[in-house]
Amino acid sequence: MIRSKLFWMVPLSLTLGLLGCGGGQPPAEQSGGAAAPSATPAAAPAAPIDPATAATITGKVAFDGTAPARPRIRMDAVPACTQRSSEAALVEEAIVNDNKTLRNVFVYVKEGLGDRSFPPPAEEVVLDQQGCVYHPHVLGLIAGQKLRIKNGDPTNHNIHPMPAQNREWNTSMPPGAADLIQEFPRAEVMIPVKCNVHPWMKAYVGVLRHPFFAITGADGSFEIKGLPPGSYTIEAWHEKYGTQQMQVTVGEKESKQVDFTVKG
Amino acid sequence: MNSSGVSRALHHYAILTAGATLLLLMAGALVVGYEAGLAVPDWPLSYGTWMPPLVGGILYEHGHRMIAGTVGVLTTALVIWLWWKEPRRWVKALGLVAWVAVVAQAILGGLTVLYRLPVPVVIAHGCLAQTFFCLVLSLALVTSPAWERAAQAAEEPPAPDFWHLAAAATAALFIQLALGAALRHKALGLGPHWVWAGVAGFLVGWVCYRAVTELAVQDGLRKLARWLGGILALQVALGVASYAFRAVTQGIHEPQTSVVLITSAHLATGALLLGCSLLVTLLAYRRVAAAGKVASFAGDPQRTFA
Ligand SMILES: [Cu+2]
Repeated sequence: MIRSKLFWMVPLSLTLGLLGCGGGQPPAEQSGGAAAPSATPAAAPAAPIDPATAATITGKVAFDGTAPARPRIRMDAVPACTQRSSEAALVEEAIVNDNKTLRNVFVYVKEGLGDRSFPPPAEEVVLDQQGCVYHPHVLGLIAGQKLRIKNGDPTNHNIHPMPAQNREWNTSMPPGAADLIQEFPRAEVMIPVKCNVHPWMKAYVGVLRHPFFAITGADGSFEIKGLPPGSYTIEAWHEKYGTQQMQVTVGEKESKQVDFTVKG
Repeated sequence: MNSSGVSRALHHYAILTAGATLLLLMAGALVVGYEAGLAVPDWPLSYGTWMPPLVGGILYEHGHRMIAGTVGVLTTALVIWLWWKEPRRWVKALGLVAWVAVVAQAILGGLTVLYRLPVPVVIAHGCLAQTFFCLVLSLALVTSPAWERAAQAAEEPPAPDFWHLAAAATAALFIQLALGAALRHKALGLGPHWVWAGVAGFLVGWVCYRAVTELAVQDGLRKLARWLGGILALQVALGVASYAFRAVTQGIHEPQTSVVLITSAHLATGALLLGCSLLVTLLAYRRVAAAGKVASFAGDPQRTFA
């Protein structure tokens, strides 16, 4: 009886909820900030920014100094961590690329988007555990976006994010456990993630209210596309070298280069 | 109570429980040192089983739980034994207090895991651990032949204010352990632990000095007080070493084995120091109290000759 009632009540309440949202919420939620005067009036709620006028910010994070050594992670005591890979895992705290750039820098728009908000996209971001190392080491999410956590190791891990703005949790993942789907509802740069079983395992998750971020890879470059024209504060975050900020103004369809230099 | 076979066995069993408790304290210190407190996210089961694979941080956290379970069983049996064979009601009551403490301690331990190490709960868990160790040690003392001998006032009793001084030293040591726990879990800085080390060290040193100068050479209390002095010296050395090793390895994120072992030794020696000071206090009190009746008559000539 109860179950059959629930059965039709769920779609009904969902419909009511959607109607309420669609009718009650003005487009101001998507674009209403004084900082974005040239944004197109939101014809479609999902696309407040006109792609025809969108700007791009590119750049790289140069590293000035001697690249710090990357010691091997001492995980020999746990064969389950090493048996699937012949290559020794190295400490990922500071990785300087061959072209003297810095990897794993989280570059994002810190200010300038006003109170625009962006609904979380449907696609998930994956955090994998392979060889008792997090892949990737640094990742970005939009608030509310799904994070799929996998355990590809034949050993137990615990996933323990330590946020300041979001809810802290700690979950076990035995070998072969089903993927864990989680999300962080509030913006926060950065959330450290740790495994207490393997003290060397660390990852960092940046949660933003918008999709304008990039993480430097093997060439130390980044690209932030689809920005509405305007003035922005761009911040580069690195787990060892801290943060740096730059101001940049982009016009319609403009592409600008913003280069950071991190001193080692 | 006389020193029959049963009570002697009970006394030895209480010592065994106290020894297991000291091991448990060290295991707990290792969990903190290796930052393994959350390596097992669930409680009371570990990864949904009683026996997860003991790798990495799980070894420390689950090992701590297994030793804790053993101490819980040992304590329960000790209390049952006391209620069955012990004639003194206050000793039975003390046993019950120890049992309640060990249950409360297990619950606090579970809360640290389930609420992901809330600092007040973690510090309370550390302080209750020391309290429980003191309770078990007291049970071992009051079931001992030494406790009986102290009541017979066979030896010259210490001056009445000696036990006050020893009690003050014990209280100061307990405060020092709480300050150490607060330092370790970053609720307080090094300052209070460092300053109070001077106060507690001075009081303990004074206890040793008075025992050595005022008591007869063959007196057991004097010997115990000399042990107290030795443990104090070791504890100060471990405290300084723990600080020095921490300073040297600053900036390294992963737990360093040297620091973890020295800090754990510092914690265990602190428990021993507190326990030893408590034994001195209780024995001194017992002898002063036993001699007190005699002393009060002697000090009141009218009554003595009445
Ligand atoms: Cu792990």
